[in-house]
Amino acid sequence: MTARSLRCFAGIVEREFQRFLRQRSRFFASLVRPLVWLVIFGTGLRSMVGLSDIPPYGTAVAYEDYIVPGLVGLILLFNGMQIALSMVFDREMGSMKVLLVSPWPRWYLLTCRLMAGVIVALPQVYAFLACAWLWGVRPPVYGYFSVLPALILAGLMLGAVGLLLSSLVEQLENFAGVMNFVIFPVFFASTALYPLQRLGETSAVLAEVARLNPFSHAVELVRFALYGRLEAGALVITALTTIAAMALAVWRYDSGRILRRHLAAS
Amino acid sequence: MPISSISVTSPPDSLSDQIVTALEIRDVNHTYRKPALRGVSFLVGPGEFVLLLGLNGAGKTTLFSLIAGLLELQQGAIRVLGHELPHGRSAALAGCGFVFQQSALDLDLTVAQSLRYHGALHGLSRGRVGERIEQELERFGLVSRMNDLVRTLSGGQRRRVEIARALLHRPRLLLLDEATVGLDMPSRRAILQRVRTQCLEDGSAALWATHLQDEVEPGDRTIVLHEGRILDDRRDIAAASLPDYFARLAASETVA
Repeated sequence: MTARSLRCFAGIVEREFQRFLRQRSRFFASLVRPLVWLVIFGTGLRSMVGLSDIPPYGTAVAYEDYIVPGLVGLILLFNGMQIALSMVFDREMGSMKVLLVSPWPRWYLLTCRLMAGVIVALPQVYAFLACAWLWGVRPPVYGYFSVLPALILAGLMLGAVGLLLSSLVEQLENFAGVMNFVIFPVFFASTALYPLQRLGETSAVLAEVARLNPFSHAVELVRFALYGRLEAGALVITALTTIAAMALAVWRYDSGRILRRHLAAS
Repeated sequence: MPISSISVTSPPDSLSDQIVTALEIRDVNHTYRKPALRGVSFLVGPGEFVLLLGLNGAGKTTLFSLIAGLLELQQGAIRVLGHELPHGRSAALAGCGFVFQQSALDLDLTVAQSLRYHGALHGLSRGRVGERIEQELERFGLVSRMNDLVRTLSGGQRRRVEIARALLHRPRLLLLDEATVGLDMPSRRAILQRVRTQCLEDGSAALWATHLQDEVEPGDRTIVLHEGRILDDRRDIAAASLPDYFARLAASETVA
């Protein structure tokens, strides 16, 4: 890395923060969404769902404690979709060209853009964890530090999937449908809201889908890291999914497929 | 472009001082569903101001997109500031300044933030970017709007910001695709004059794509592009020598 390439990275991060600060509603939306789940959904189901002896807790655990890592995953999932939306928006508005004609390889520019998106997501996650603490969900203090690498990796994975999606979606108008199509199945068919063992008791198929869902592994990575533990399988799958999604996204942006469609249409 | 071909550790601004041509296009063909460019070849010398005149759909934007590396080169060769595309793309882009037909400004940023973002993308230090932003905005009469959001600017002011942005990293080749589209006559003239002066002052070359014949001045080298082919390439192109479609276009604009 040279000073010039670091300035490029810093410039992309700064732009993301400037845009984020101008869209304050985005910050509140990112907080309200998981808080509604935690306060209403979590409280409502606490008495019905008893969870015991589930790693990494090792003891009976309140349902709210269980879903907090899943809701952190939800924030990162929405952030990944926000990265995708912002890429499609930039493409439609023309400002993506400014990025693509800067003198760096596409993989570097897209990696910077992805990392900028993840850096913007971290304050949102910690703000949610602070609210959860006030609500009584209190992982060990060291967990707030040990979870950081897991948050970054999970954020990178979901952001990379977002980048890949942005290369597949042709128009901004189509994006809302794509978001619904991606976010809800990915979130519900995962271990975010219910443990895999419990899923298996009622539906072997759904449990298998959740087990294969990379989002489940991102959530488990965060869950274990929040209690100072490393879930190696989740780490490997999250990392491999990140690399695969990023490689495909770079390939699609690198080959000029996306802009070719726009120019051909005009 | 092969991903492995360029390293982020190599400085991308290593431009040769011995450049014979700023831009060299050789026998470029490009096809979408039908041909967009057919055997296009021309050279632009260092410090030269060249107009690329063609109606909408002539292939100007496709050609610019190929030069910018936004599209894959299908056939032919493009050399920018001595760097062959696609392998020399990063080094070539370091020396180019682009103004696109479609506005490429982020409306939610201020003028200064937009320019700082561009400076950072080109690896300029914060101090240097700050100096150059003041210089460029001074030239374009926009210093007082520096901290205003881009969305509050008029169309002409936005265009001037885009040209200031394209000049921020001191490019050796300016590529402007319909840079005055949608502007009134005084704004068009002012922007065109600014770019001509830039070429004279800094010795940078410029390729100015337009469909407006009245942007051609006596002595300008003009390349006429129509339906993907070059019809003419010379200085002092007279209105009479232009094909019928330009005459019709000029007539319809006069009536309007």
